[in-house]
Amino acid sequence: MKKSSPKDVKINVHYLTRVEGHGDITVDVTNGELKDCRFSVIESPRFFETMLRGRLVYEAQHLTSRICGICACGHSLASLKASEKAIGVTPHEHTVLLRKLLLHTEQMDSHLLHAYILVAPDLLGVKSIMPLVKTHRPVIDRAFRMKKLSDWAGDVLAGRHTHPIAYCIGGLTRVPEKSQLQKLRSMMAEARADYDETVALFKTLKFPDFERKAQYVALSCDEEYAFYDGQINIDGRKMVDPQDYLTVIKEEVRDYSSAKFVSVDQAPYMVGALARFNLNGHQLGKKSLQIASDLGLKRPCHNTFMNTMAQIVEWGHCLEESIVILDRLLKEGIDEEKVLSTMFPLKDQWPVKTRAGRGVGAVEVPRGILFHDYTVGKDGVVSAANCIIPTNQNINNLEADMRKIVPEIVGSQTQEEMRLTLEMLARAYDPCISCSTHLLDVKFIA
Amino acid sequence: MSNPKADKPKPKVAFFEFTDCEGCQLQVANLGGQLLELTQAVDVVNFREIMSEEGQEYDVAVIEGSIVSQRDETRLKAIAAKAKVIVALGACAATGGVNNLKNLQSLEEQKKTVYGLVDPVKDAFATKPIDAVVRVDYYIHGCPIYGPEFVKVMQCVLQGKPYDVPKYPVCVECKQNENVCMYDKGQFCLGPVTRAGCNSWLPNNGAPCVGCRGLIDNPATDAAKDILDKYGLTVQEVLDKFTLYCNTQKERVKYEKEFPKGR
Repeated sequence: MKKSSPKDVKINVHYLTRVEGHGDITVDVTNGELKDCRFSVIESPRFFETMLRGRLVYEAQHLTSRICGICACGHSLASLKASEKAIGVTPHEHTVLLRKLLLHTEQMDSHLLHAYILVAPDLLGVKSIMPLVKTHRPVIDRAFRMKKLSDWAGDVLAGRHTHPIAYCIGGLTRVPEKSQLQKLRSMMAEARADYDETVALFKTLKFPDFERKAQYVALSCDEEYAFYDGQINIDGRKMVDPQDYLTVIKEEVRDYSSAKFVSVDQAPYMVGALARFNLNGHQLGKKSLQIASDLGLKRPCHNTFMNTMAQIVEWGHCLEESIVILDRLLKEGIDEEKVLSTMFPLKDQWPVKTRAGRGVGAVEVPRGILFHDYTVGKDGVVSAANCIIPTNQNINNLEADMRKIVPEIVGSQTQEEMRLTLEMLARAYDPCISCSTHLLDVKFIA
Repeated sequence: MSNPKADKPKPKVAFFEFTDCEGCQLQVANLGGQLLELTQAVDVVNFREIMSEEGQEYDVAVIEGSIVSQRDETRLKAIAAKAKVIVALGACAATGGVNNLKNLQSLEEQKKTVYGLVDPVKDAFATKPIDAVVRVDYYIHGCPIYGPEFVKVMQCVLQGKPYDVPKYPVCVECKQNENVCMYDKGQFCLGPVTRAGCNSWLPNNGAPCVGCRGLIDNPATDAAKDILDKYGLTVQEVLDKFTLYCNTQKERVKYEKEFPKGR
């Protein structure tokens, strides 16, 4: 790396660490002028959309959960919603509750991984959790305990979290045992203590000051803080049915970068925990609102770094909502007959006489809104598929953030400090580059 | 706890990923306490998903993901040249996994569908498992890997012993787990021809085996004949029902002709 000077800064972070997937950061300041500033995706494409083409819609969930190891459940659920909408299947309300529960535990799992294992080392001045094992053992033990809870929830509900087994079109291939749900309920109640400790820890951590008002996009619905259901809320300005997402969300290829850029009304936008908090925070419970305030989160918050704090708030919210769902399922008893379904039904076992149709499934996954869009023929075969993933939507906004922050820190930070600030900024989005459906390859910049 | 081998340097283990979902590395990270125990015996010098530290020297390279471009292939060869032991982690590395489905269609045509007129992936080629490029010493199959098997394999790596992937089909484990046979439930299942080692993960959860661990080496002799006979099925008929992974095996035959093992 070249020597830092206030007027001439070159940063090239090759293979950004502590994120999922491969991405590079490039910044070029020459004579005090920002020449180039980009986040390049260097993950090889996997062609999931073309893999899906020609396959039975009943295989779509299995295949698309493999897009991402961390938000596999979110991909499964978006896929199931898209498939069911296309062929005309309406799942029973207990199935929907079990899906919401799985989605809550995935938010918890992913947020925990991000906050403790990927972000906290930056704030504690170390390069990974490995040195913390010696210096902060109780913190690491707590993180693993909380991680294990959400991971085990995946085992109970779906057979495993990566890649979920039991969730299929029309229901589940097996119903979780009552005793397991009771155990999960009591483990979740016990986890409140660990959560309180987590909030206390993050209260002491200081994120960089930064302010840039972005457009925020998330699902919103009247009934609850939306994750599984809702309309697309475009920065509080308008609501759009997920089925019509292509009328507002535009993808484009730019010649200077080979990652597709996504925009709304010709401008970048942010998705994820902070976007959800800004748009739907009023629907959080009293305790979560208090925690948000304790963590310094005030709606609307325009500091991207605070996305991690919004994740901490959501962890507690998802824990409490999971307990509510578990209490209801335990009280009513899961209606097995209505919930049980077959993963790969033979044609005479199909739950409905398949109609030709197109379905869009939109779900809030840990990193933001995720779209799966399938067109299915009468023969049950997928003829077209499109997936738009949260990280892809965020890259445009990350670059806009970088363009704002670089001039602010040039001069006051050394090149090494700038590099860390930019890495932290990228990490704040919790980028999940392996969700590679639409991501293109780029050439390295020498 | 005292470490009798304290004076002996711990083997350095590095994790690298290529084209995949990183779910198998996540299974390793999820081992939690067990992972910390493992770090008593080895030095993890490279694990980009959770670490910023980068070691340039390593003894064991654990490789996740498939090889899908010339750039991947060059990087893998460079990694392998420095490693004494190479472990294939998960289906994508071990057999190609779901990435093999790409090979069933024309690559040029798929690029056009996904990217239009731009071709940003000029060096992309058909999916290869890593042993089409370099020598592999240990295979950990599955999509995703089964955590307990990872621990077993790493123990073998540390002791310098070979690890034998089970040669019998998933049905053996499934029967031990007292599951109702998927065929008795009127569903197709690849259990009779898929190599065991996952503790019949899918059938335990009411779903049929889809063959993510790859086929047993000799389906003709080692398949669960009793089940196939009971339902009057041939190995081929079972394979034709599920093509999410079993193409892997068909592809493999092709690979082994095209890309002789070794480096």
